[in-house]
Amino acid sequence: MTTTTQTPAATETALAGLVAQLTSGDIRVVDLTNILSSDFPVIVLPSEYGQCEPFRMETVSRYDGNGPAWYWNNISMNEHTGTHFDAPAHWVTGRDIANGTVDAIPPKDFIHPAVVIDISAEAEEDEDFVVTRKFLEDWEAQNGPIDPRHWIMLRSNWSKRVGTLSYLNLKDDGAHSPGPDADAMRFLVHERDCIGLGVETVGTDAGQASLFDEPLPAHSILHGNGRYGLQCLNNLDELPVRGSVIVASPLKIKGGSGSPLRVIAMVPATGA
Amino acid sequence: MTTRPPKETRDPVARKKARHLSPGKRSRAMHAMSARAAQGRFVLQVCEDCGEATYPPRDACPVCWGELDWEDQPNGATVLCETSVRVSTNLYFRDHLPWRMGKVALDAGPVALVHLHRSLGPDDRAVVRAMLDRGGNAALFALPSPGDIDMTDPQLREFVVPITGKTVLVSDARSAIGLEVVKAMHAAGAALVVAGMAPPDRRLGAGEEVLSLEGVQQMPLDITDQTSLSEALSKVGGPLDIVINTARYVRAGGVSSGGNLVDQRHAFDVSAMGLSRLAQATGPMLAGRSHGAFVDLISSDALIGSANHAGFAAAEAARLALLQSFRHEMRGGGVRVMSVFTGPVDDEHHQKVPPPKVAPRRIASAIVDALTQGREQTCVGDVAQDAMARWLDDPALYAREKNL
Repeated sequence: MTTTTQTPAATETALAGLVAQLTSGDIRVVDLTNILSSDFPVIVLPSEYGQCEPFRMETVSRYDGNGPAWYWNNISMNEHTGTHFDAPAHWVTGRDIANGTVDAIPPKDFIHPAVVIDISAEAEEDEDFVVTRKFLEDWEAQNGPIDPRHWIMLRSNWSKRVGTLSYLNLKDDGAHSPGPDADAMRFLVHERDCIGLGVETVGTDAGQASLFDEPLPAHSILHGNGRYGLQCLNNLDELPVRGSVIVASPLKIKGGSGSPLRVIAMVPATGA
Repeated sequence: MTTRPPKETRDPVARKKARHLSPGKRSRAMHAMSARAAQGRFVLQVCEDCGEATYPPRDACPVCWGELDWEDQPNGATVLCETSVRVSTNLYFRDHLPWRMGKVALDAGPVALVHLHRSLGPDDRAVVRAMLDRGGNAALFALPSPGDIDMTDPQLREFVVPITGKTVLVSDARSAIGLEVVKAMHAAGAALVVAGMAPPDRRLGAGEEVLSLEGVQQMPLDITDQTSLSEALSKVGGPLDIVINTARYVRAGGVSSGGNLVDQRHAFDVSAMGLSRLAQATGPMLAGRSHGAFVDLISSDALIGSANHAGFAAAEAARLALLQSFRHEMRGGGVRVMSVFTGPVDDEHHQKVPPPKVAPRRIASAIVDALTQGREQTCVGDVAQDAMARWLDDPALYAREKNL
């Protein structure tokens, strides 16, 4: 009986502490979201496939004859436009996952800690840089093991290319951007029990991942095992390797495969 | 040092010159002639009873009161006499005085009062064209034989759309058609060709050479995006004279079978809504210009639909309907709204369509020709010409035959 009455009290204290630290600035909130605008690039698939629609906005009224005191817009987009969340149902491998659509995902999954893996030097060197199991094991040897139930954030600095040709980086032979291979994904999902993979690029998979021996491994392995994806993130360079908490709650679209969203990270102001 | 023709300039402080239109009131018979002149045809009424050709348009044969019917006629003529109008109470003609008129004996029979090119005098042989004036109505214009026409004649310039020294916007310059249009407008002497570059951003490939020409400015532009359109137009340096809408989204597919709703919706967004967005944004800019023109490239499938390209054809039909309304709106501002119809194009979007197909370069020259001839409606290639002829002749029969 004592425990049941104390648990809410303890939670209240924890939340009060969180709010106090947010107010005092001891916990900083970092916005990991790109601006949702009509010129933000969307993924380009081979032309025989259906394409992702970019963000569109048309003004209904702006303090004018169509609405003298109010301003509002009609907007349209794909579920995977701008900074967005991939639900398990996005991929064929995840089609039978229980609660695999955005409306059914348990809300507690929207808040999880993150581990940030910096691949910016490698991606700078090689735009097709592939994150392998060996790379992750070497990273762990230097930085310590990846704890379970964490978002894995791949910091590639790709967000700094937004607004240039080199963000989508489309060439005659397709897109070129970094991403993981299948062994790395199996390692993260099965041996490190990650929540999901967050990337700065337009997809969780590498630009050339459809040509891998196991094609599109990030989508296939993440979603086949009920894990999530976050794409088109920004400001990952402001996160510490460990210690940040990601808040990523997609729109509650009925049967939706994903959703544009505002992603924020709570970061301890010191020791970052 | 630029080698391009300079843009037109004016004293920014001086009151802007108000533009007037040639007088607009016409009889119903004259409107019927204008509708045919818009297609570049030289037609006269011919009596079904006595066979006499007549001009100006009437409701009955002036010889025998018989029924009149429109027929294409030979357009040769001999100039009988000429005069210059030096005084007029009409605002439009006051701006263009003196104005040369002449009487010609048409090879088709009637003697007609015509606008006279400055190089023509009595007894000269002439070619008479039915052209649309600034008010959009047909008028007969006597020109020297083709090949040696002095296009700088100020009267003739009132009936055509000069390209030299003008600023031209091509809405989609990335496509095979768009690239050829940019190239053709540049070659025709446009001072600036603003080349709309639709997303996604990628390397230019074959288009690099054309799009890097001096006097060609690449501009991010997507007519399905209001924001992109506003930003692009805000960056167009100086006044805008000519808009050429080359944007289209060609995808095969039926309605209930093989129809892809996402593709159909996008086709409407480009063809129909895209035209509206482009027209709303550029209409006011064109209306302020001395020779503003809006040229729309449109599929001949717009006339009657197409079973194989159902969504595209429907979107193009909507585009045609919007274009007719836009033409009506712009007539009051003296802006010419021109349509260039084409059948299947020899490009990547029509790989499964058998010939005949129209080369993108041919479309580009048809657009240049439409502007320099002041022709409101052009059909380029056999398919479009055949479609238009059959549609004009018997729309119901054509609808059946086309989609059997």
